Amino acid sequence: MANVKVNVHHLTRVEGHGNIVVDVVNGELKQCDLQIVETPRFFEAMLRGKPYQNASHITSRICGICAVGHATASLRASEMALGVELSEQTKLLRRLNFLGELLDSHVLHAYMLIAPDFLGVPSVIPLANTAPDVVLRALRLKKLAGDLCQAIAGRHTHPIAMVVGGFSHFPTANQLYELRARFEAARADVVATADLFQTLKLPQFERETEYIALRRDDGVYGFIDGDIVSTDNGRWPISAYQSVTNEYLVPHSSAKHAQNQRESYMVGALARFNVNHDLLHPVAKEVAAGLGLKPKATNPYLITVAQGVEIAHCVEEAIQLIDALLAREIAWEDPALPTRESGEGVGACEVPRGTLFHHYVIEDGQIVGSNCIIPTGQNLANIELDMKALVPTMLDRTQQQITHALEMLVRAYDPCISCSTHLLDVKFE
Amino acid sequence: MSGTVNELPRVAFFDFTSCEGCQLTVLDALQTHPELLKVVNIVEFREASSARSEDYQIAFIEGSCTRPGDEARLRKIRETAVYVIALGACAHLGGINAIRNRQPLPDVRQYVYGDKAEWYDTYPARAISQVIEVDAVIPGCPIDRDEFVRIVSVLLQGRQPKLPDYPMCIECKLHENICVFERGQVCLGPITRAGCNAICPAYGYGCEGCRGLVSAPNMESFQEVLAQHGLNQAEIDEKLSLFLTNQTLLEKELVHG
Repeated sequence: MANVKVNVHHLTRVEGHGNIVVDVVNGELKQCDLQIVETPRFFEAMLRGKPYQNASHITSRICGICAVGHATASLRASEMALGVELSEQTKLLRRLNFLGELLDSHVLHAYMLIAPDFLGVPSVIPLANTAPDVVLRALRLKKLAGDLCQAIAGRHTHPIAMVVGGFSHFPTANQLYELRARFEAARADVVATADLFQTLKLPQFERETEYIALRRDDGVYGFIDGDIVSTDNGRWPISAYQSVTNEYLVPHSSAKHAQNQRESYMVGALARFNVNHDLLHPVAKEVAAGLGLKPKATNPYLITVAQGVEIAHCVEEAIQLIDALLAREIAWEDPALPTRESGEGVGACEVPRGTLFHHYVIEDGQIVGSNCIIPTGQNLANIELDMKALVPTMLDRTQQQITHALEMLVRAYDPCISCSTHLLDVKFE
Repeated sequence: MSGTVNELPRVAFFDFTSCEGCQLTVLDALQTHPELLKVVNIVEFREASSARSEDYQIAFIEGSCTRPGDEARLRKIRETAVYVIALGACAHLGGINAIRNRQPLPDVRQYVYGDKAEWYDTYPARAISQVIEVDAVIPGCPIDRDEFVRIVSVLLQGRQPKLPDYPMCIECKLHENICVFERGQVCLGPITRAGCNAICPAYGYGCEGCRGLVSAPNMESFQEVLAQHGLNQAEIDEKLSLFLTNQTLLEKELVHG
């Protein structure tokens, strides 16, 4: 086929509004855009003049799926700015809460947004009749993740008890025992999830790129804090994030694009696997081996498989963290206090879709400058380059097949478009 | 009540400027109340399904209207649907999107998008009811899952849903929470519509008013209470700005204008 026109208006089963536009004339690729048509959100402007204590509650509203992630990055930015030292209990609870959200989001993506493509249905809803065990398993895992976040912070979307310096509410030991039992039972669901992933026939498409993720040097799989690490070599402190993200505006997207050492880079579960695979829990390593996932993996459709590996990791690490919390007994401690009322700080964490940065300047307790850099924004340039490499390999297929392959590619990145369209220029006054 | 899929009420979900967290809460509600799927036919739900339809009776709308171009899409939904429901604080009140309505718009655009501001269309954030007529509201940021299920059940019985019209404080007392004011913080519970089971005070945080004002709130008296707890006028305005910008700006116009 010499001429191809793909125009997917408001791609479905993704978070937020995006269009895929491809135009091939006489075998030549004229246009290949992932248009981000989400309305601008203006969060940085909304934070201006707000007390720093409000920032995590405002920015968790950037995204319903990664609300805990935004709250975590926001709290870390304020804490870095104001010299807040966290207690061991706070670190454990933050991480446990974070794993809950990661599990929830990965299960949502793998089972409800991706699986319908492979099973030939428009959504997960018809599967309730045809494959009830699959749907019930997804619901069970999601409910477990949601109940974990609820026990710690009141709810997953949008967390209440997460505050600068710690928490305003704590789970009881009984809640933790009950959750632990359910996480143990979830090990069977992890095995079944890996088995399901075995059956997915992912498109063969390799395109190596730069993979970037946070990495910690204490042997813990990097989700919160650490350094920014690239598979193209390079390690930067979180405070130097702007020399990695190098954002720029393009007219067809209300979300900024990013590039580091190549034309584009990838963040997210597959990038984390490529950077941090040695730090995965042994059970997660087994799952990866069973699914044939090896570093450095360069097929973007494998992002979903890497999420499956992280589902296994989350379940195992959640059990470890609950044990650590039960062994020390939960104390109703007051949040750690700031040591100053003015300062500048960057917080970073690995939300489900990749590295998230919040950067605040605080003066006398008020936010005077802010910048948020979102994973999907960092991935956009990489997705477009994947599309540009993929389309010429498919010109002999039907328009419908090409469209479906492109939709699946974009969905594999699990784009969170609401998140990505509020970012942009840092301006510190 | 159930029947063949074709006889069931056709329901569609639409999203405008929002975090889509209320639709996620709907997905959670469908998980815990799968019986809902037996009594409605969901014909459009972009976040969860690639099925699409322009034939529906009940439309749920999440998000605020923040650009002129969205008004036509909203009017189309209004023309098609028999019943339009604003889902969550962004649709109900303008939500946190309206925080920026207190700042001059050119300034806000320039701050975020710099000299490229003209590329991105926008105007002050509006509640859906400021653009089209809305038949019912499910308030909250995010919506409360149980309230969503209750309101859908009421609608399917052909009745008009009613929201509690008393302040959140009543639910907080029933929960035996220690009053947030007693803990040295401030709380918008006295002026905010109940229905959330006082979830924020229960988890140690003061109410931010995400469900909107109770009808006829005593704003003057409440502002005195905030002043007694050490807030100056700028801090009071700030406190009312998170979810109540549009409502309190209107209130000010009504009182002083």
